[in-house]
Amino acid sequence: MNFPISLIINGERRDLELTDPRVTLLDLLRERLNLTGTKKGCDRGQCGACTVLVDGRRINSCLALAVSHDGADILTIEGVSQGAELHPVQAAFIAHDGFQCGFCTPGQIMSAIGLIQEGQAGDDPERVREGMSGNLCRCGAYVGITDAVLEAQQHLKAANRRNAA
Amino acid sequence: MRSFEYVRPSSVSEAIAAAAEPGSVYLAAGTNLLDLMKGGVIRPDRLVDITRLPGLDRIEPLPDGGLRIGALVRNADLAHDPNFFRAYPAIAEALLAGASAQLRNAATVSGNLLQRTRCGYFYDTASACNKRQRGAGCDARQGENRSHAVLGWSDACIATHPSDFCVPLVALDAVVEIEGRSGRREIPIEALHRLPGETPDVESALEPGDLIVAVRLPADAAGFAAHERYLKLRDRTSYAFAVVSAVAALDMDGGKIRRARIALGGVAAKPWRAHAAEQVLAGSDADAAAFRHAAELALADARPSGENGFKIELARRIVARSLALAAAGTPERLPALPASPFSSAPGACHAA
Repeated sequence: MNFPISLIINGERRDLELTDPRVTLLDLLRERLNLTGTKKGCDRGQCGACTVLVDGRRINSCLALAVSHDGADILTIEGVSQGAELHPVQAAFIAHDGFQCGFCTPGQIMSAIGLIQEGQAGDDPERVREGMSGNLCRCGAYVGITDAVLEAQQHLKAANRRNAA
Repeated sequence: MRSFEYVRPSSVSEAIAAAAEPGSVYLAAGTNLLDLMKGGVIRPDRLVDITRLPGLDRIEPLPDGGLRIGALVRNADLAHDPNFFRAYPAIAEALLAGASAQLRNAATVSGNLLQRTRCGYFYDTASACNKRQRGAGCDARQGENRSHAVLGWSDACIATHPSDFCVPLVALDAVVEIEGRSGRREIPIEALHRLPGETPDVESALEPGDLIVAVRLPADAAGFAAHERYLKLRDRTSYAFAVVSAVAALDMDGGKIRRARIALGGVAAKPWRAHAAEQVLAGSDADAAAFRHAAELALADARPSGENGFKIELARRIVARSLALAAAGTPERLPALPASPFSSAPGACHAA
């Protein structure tokens, strides 16, 4: 049995036919749509490497069945920059050395974008660390990641103020 | 993962009919279900997707002062609802002490209630597990069992229920609304989860096809809001299941306790309400001696199921400390590390 689904992925509508209900959102992105920026780490919801935004909320795409997300609006790491201009979170990760090997980085960045939108952490580094605990970094770049999230948040706040003025 | 039939019913009655067939399971967010299916721990024939069922995603204040939480409300949405936090701060704290932000954004209320144990032998299909296969034996008894049950366990099973959310729900007398083949019924959440006995594979009071549609908090559950805390000790400070957790909710009259509610997590196959400890605190002074006495009573029936005798004294201390924190008053805002016994404030005392 085939399952027709329709998704908005990085702003673009994609109509897809699933031949197997077992396909996760992660495998759909990577294997079918060639969006390999989203990483498969543990594939069991423990590492956060597969984090994407679904309808604006960060989730583990490895634990989401694609067929159940018919109609969803999905943002992946491939969709966050504006052309050649990096997203402020991407720029802050570079400025603060928020990675070493880079494998967890797309998930870290998507999670950070979600965290900033949730607006619960404020400028408290401990709340940022707690809010980012679903993303593991085996190189141990946590200090740089926390600094990057805090700076990107400041940057986005200032940009929002400018836009509102 | 074994293949399955996927169905997406458009009404509760259709869902119940589909899920009552043998081999069917409900799918909500799937954060626990998919993990179990990937590991071959459960191998359902049919997934009944309830995420599109109408009307199950609302948080509704009730005319009698209670609150009705729809089964599909996401854990994060409930925890961050400002009205919910004001009325039930320990439930919000428990929710935010569980899993990760990504999982809380997806996971639902009813899914949290029905999540399975994280016993490593239940997950490892090469091990004997009476919960996975009735009569197979229990490899946890002679295995790595430091995190296993110290209350209510049996020779057949020593697994614990992993939920944080359920612990304050049990303490506050939450009610589970169920739709089934014979209509609607409701049961106290304390009666939802079963102790293992000889049949650890029977985990709840639900019958085939039964669908949890809501969790309801009675009007008096908000009466503890000024003095309630959830405390959770983990092997790491965030994104880990409880070694031991406890909720304490007090209704205070100056320095005296009018009523107390206490429940523990990570100690049994169900969230564990400590009724005797609550009773001894009613009318008592809110002091360290009373809290310690209550903690002794809460663990009076505890016994190790393996290399986990340390959990009994640990649980007593977590109960006593959660009572002391509750007596001191609910904070205006949750700490940076919700429910953690460790503080990020320099110089804070970490001793129980």
